[in-house]
Amino acid sequence: MAITYTSGAQVEVYRFSIPATVLIPLTAVFLQVWLPPRFPFFLVFDLPLLVTIGFATARRSPLTGLLTGGLIGILQDALTHQPIGLRGISLTVVGFGASSLGIKLDVENAGARFLLTIFFYVVHEVVYFTIARGLVGLHMAWNWPHEFLSGIANAVLGVFIYLLLDHVKQRT
Amino acid sequence: MDVLGRYRNLIVLVGVLFAQVLGLAVQVRRPADNEPTRLIRIWAVGAVTPLEKVLVWVGTSTSNVWHNYFYLRGVRAENRNLKQQIERMSLEQVRMSQDADQARRLQALLAFKEQFISQTMAAQVIGSSGSEQSRSLYIDKGENDGIRPDMAVITADGIVGKVLHVYSSTSQVLLINDQSSGVGAILEKSRLQGILKGTSAGEVVLEKVMSDETVPVGEQVLTSGGDGIFPKGLLVGRVTKAGAGSDLFLNIRVRPAADLSRLEEVLVVTRIDERQALPEQTGAARAVDILAARLPGVPSKPENAEKGDAAAPASSEAKPKAVSTPASADGATTARKAAASSPGTGSGTSSGTGNDATKTPTKPVKAVVEPKPQPAVEDSPH
Repeated sequence: MAITYTSGAQVEVYRFSIPATVLIPLTAVFLQVWLPPRFPFFLVFDLPLLVTIGFATARRSPLTGLLTGGLIGILQDALTHQPIGLRGISLTVVGFGASSLGIKLDVENAGARFLLTIFFYVVHEVVYFTIARGLVGLHMAWNWPHEFLSGIANAVLGVFIYLLLDHVKQRT
Repeated sequence: MDVLGRYRNLIVLVGVLFAQVLGLAVQVRRPADNEPTRLIRIWAVGAVTPLEKVLVWVGTSTSNVWHNYFYLRGVRAENRNLKQQIERMSLEQVRMSQDADQARRLQALLAFKEQFISQTMAAQVIGSSGSEQSRSLYIDKGENDGIRPDMAVITADGIVGKVLHVYSSTSQVLLINDQSSGVGAILEKSRLQGILKGTSAGEVVLEKVMSDETVPVGEQVLTSGGDGIFPKGLLVGRVTKAGAGSDLFLNIRVRPAADLSRLEEVLVVTRIDERQALPEQTGAARAVDILAARLPGVPSKPENAEKGDAAAPASSEAKPKAVSTPASADGATTARKAAASSPGTGSGTSSGTGNDATKTPTKPVKAVVEPKPQPAVEDSPH
């Protein structure tokens, strides 16, 4: 349950096959845009964010993490009507942060993953909020209870998604 | 060199972030109106929407097979037809209610231009933007089907939004509860005008209504037509809260009439016609004629009663002529023209039932008064 410090030599680095690398983020983005009209509550979840965190913590490569996050974010942006780069920036930061933290911490157990997801969900929202307000000029209201509850909901879903990702990741 | 290697990840991070911030700045600076659809959007939509369409088609087909052949076959079909009829009638009701109200207020001003929906296209919702911050939908109709940017999107319950981006076979619809949307709106009874905007929380507020006005909760909000996108008089929603705002304006919250989170099918208004009442149509229209035409007619007396009643001429002079005399028939005709020419939605909208555009004949609105001598004629619908 506790997040323990692990030396770089102890952590295991995983990789994903090319089909998994391409199809899993695409599926996440697809489900993210396809499900909400049918199940409105699904807007609370952020599948692309969870996949970014899952990939980043498994690979433990900041470079790969930030690029994966950036690409997924830009793909998400392209499907909205907002400027491209809003989510790209926030997911780039999350990808970099999650993979950097994955090197330092043991993120293999469910408790650590749960807390990490809440943390990175909030980081993602803060970065998004800052860019959206500061650069794009969107009028956004920060709502702590909403963000925190959404973070918990995403963390719960995230734990299951990371379990699924565990099945497709390969030890290097 | 060693420093570069040591901080390589950080340098790449800063570089990637800088590139994206730069890209954002360019997009923000460029006016959105002149912005062509970006290639990356076309690719992303092209990658995602075909699968969405297939899934929607499979779902719809499966649902149709089940409902039409295995489960209450006849009842379902009948129910669907009845729902479509209700949708059409709901739209017609809004239009007629508006026409009637406006006809009363503007009887002397019939030279106004009228707008009416003459063509709509039914479309199916296939996806969304997937973000709480971007409230938009994708529909399965695009440029190939005649969809163009800035077309109004409605349902039988109320307005939904407008077409934002058009792709070859899909379109993105900006919902009215998105914070970047804006709709000209008017309160039904008080006739106060404002701008309907979305908030970041997905609520809808009516802005620019002065704080010294009184807005009752529950009052209906309609489109004012001032935005040039939505025809006048379409139902937007109802006021749920009205209180003092921060500035000189009221803070008015509106609950959209259409359930924006559960949209399956929408109507895209592909054509709005405008026409101006001709002088000869309105020249003879007098308020008194219209009002007289609205009055219930007096049944004509039996012949023997007329013969025997010497005082009849005086009383027959007093009765409204709107119904039984030739002059009144003209008045009724004028009233009919007046009703047809009154500004408002005048929407002959009919919901498309399939994929094809549904044209509605631009016939005038049903006559307010039928020039029948007797019995007394029903008043205009409310």
